[in-house]
Amino acid sequence: MADKDVIIDFLKGKSAAKSKFYFKDFTDLFPDKGPREVKKLLTQLVNEEVLEFWSSGSTTMYGLKGAGKQSHAEGED
Amino acid sequence: MAKHATPLLDQLESGPWPSFVSDIKQEAANRAANPKGLDYQIPVDCPEDLLGVLELSYEEKETHWKHGGIVGVFGYGGGVIGRYCDQPEKFPGVAHFHTVRVAQPAAKYYHSKFLRDLCDIWDLRGSGLTNMHGSTGDIVLLGTQTPQLEEIFHELTHKMSVDLGGSGSNLRTPEACLGQSRCEYACYNTQDMCYQLTMDYQDELHRPAFPYKFKFKFDGCPNGCVCAMARSDFAVVGTWKDDIKIDQDAVKAYVGGEFKPNAGAHSGRDWGKFDIQKEVIDLCPSKCMSWDGSKLSIKTADCVRCMHCINTMPRALHIGDERGASILVGAKAPVVDGAQMGSLLVPFISCEAPYDDVKEVIEKIWDWWMEEGKNRERVGETMKRLSFQKLLEVTDTEAAAYHVREPRSNPYIFFKEEEVPGGWDRDLAAYRNRHQR
Repeated sequence: MADKDVIIDFLKGKSAAKSKFYFKDFTDLFPDKGPREVKKLLTQLVNEEVLEFWSSGSTTMYGLKGAGKQSHAEGED
Repeated sequence: MAKHATPLLDQLESGPWPSFVSDIKQEAANRAANPKGLDYQIPVDCPEDLLGVLELSYEEKETHWKHGGIVGVFGYGGGVIGRYCDQPEKFPGVAHFHTVRVAQPAAKYYHSKFLRDLCDIWDLRGSGLTNMHGSTGDIVLLGTQTPQLEEIFHELTHKMSVDLGGSGSNLRTPEACLGQSRCEYACYNTQDMCYQLTMDYQDELHRPAFPYKFKFKFDGCPNGCVCAMARSDFAVVGTWKDDIKIDQDAVKAYVGGEFKPNAGAHSGRDWGKFDIQKEVIDLCPSKCMSWDGSKLSIKTADCVRCMHCINTMPRALHIGDERGASILVGAKAPVVDGAQMGSLLVPFISCEAPYDDVKEVIEKIWDWWMEEGKNRERVGETMKRLSFQKLLEVTDTEAAAYHVREPRSNPYIFFKEEEVPGGWDRDLAAYRNRHQR
């Protein structure tokens, strides 16, 4: 399976429980890759508008674009 | 007539200090009058609603802000912090009130045109309210709505050549003291190092992949005007190796009252005649100085570069010529484990552009922390959890006395196999030759 699909499948598999994930959740998916390689994959997916960032201001998380309640609740979608 | 009655906020204006309440009221009045005829892109009364929601919070002693969100500019994971009000019907002007962080110029030197242009953007596309500056040093633009973010970002980057700052699990906007631009104590070019590292680490600044925030700060000398060793995960503090330079005639001039100590600071009252023994020699923390009535001596080996003598007699004493910086790691504010000051990792490092030596240390720390740090754990906490010894190991730093804060209380030392000549393997037959059962 392509690396990007591993990330997307992981997020879809968890979508019932959670919509936002820490960076470390993704490094755990690729034990043989360093954090910088995983970061490149995530950045590509953000640039392809598959993923999006969520930021509390102090911490940043990643999620599938549009996943979760917040966009709708705030009238942002 | 104000939109909301704000008796509790009004009371804050009665104190002796300039009041943010007065400032917000001033901007509310300015937006209502609209002297420039602007086509405001977010509600004209957002400063009024900001006062209203704050008054409500004062009454109820509860916040009405929700923080966090997906708002941001395309491709950036930091720089914009989503803020939403949980009473949007009462305060529609601040229903969405996002914060934009803008990288401040190194040492905060501004051209007035820059400030005017920035305010023009913010009057049109934001609330008009700013915070100059946030704790990390950024220009903070307070309050706008999501559709304005890309517009603001485009104008900042294309018209003003300035970028968004850091927020979230990113490298935060680096900060430097004004360094050699104005200060004779600066031991390296803080502004240049700050600028170079900002440019070199753009990916870390804008695309978050750290366990939590990470801050650089650059102080030119141990006076620490940006408080690097208390406020940054990675503090670069200027220092020198050789002797403090002494002009003995100038020392005598201070003693004789010809020069005012502390460059004339603290001159509001009469402190009496300058007493070099009491005000300098006796205050030296490492007692490395002596004054025999005509000559000042400093034992460099004992000097801890506290800067007190130099600050007191700047015309007589000057930093040494062999200059560089110390690196301290792990300072942080209290969230987990309480506040921490930075721990000295590298006592002296060369600070010549392109700063490869400094970058090498930074990158080793990042590699380790990204691998081992827990979510929302600052590098100072990782250090505490896994030991300073581990930090020495990952940064290829040899342990030395200056890494020891106090004598050890644990009497056990466990060597690693690679630290012992020959490792753990022993020739048992040879051993038994020497030691009978």
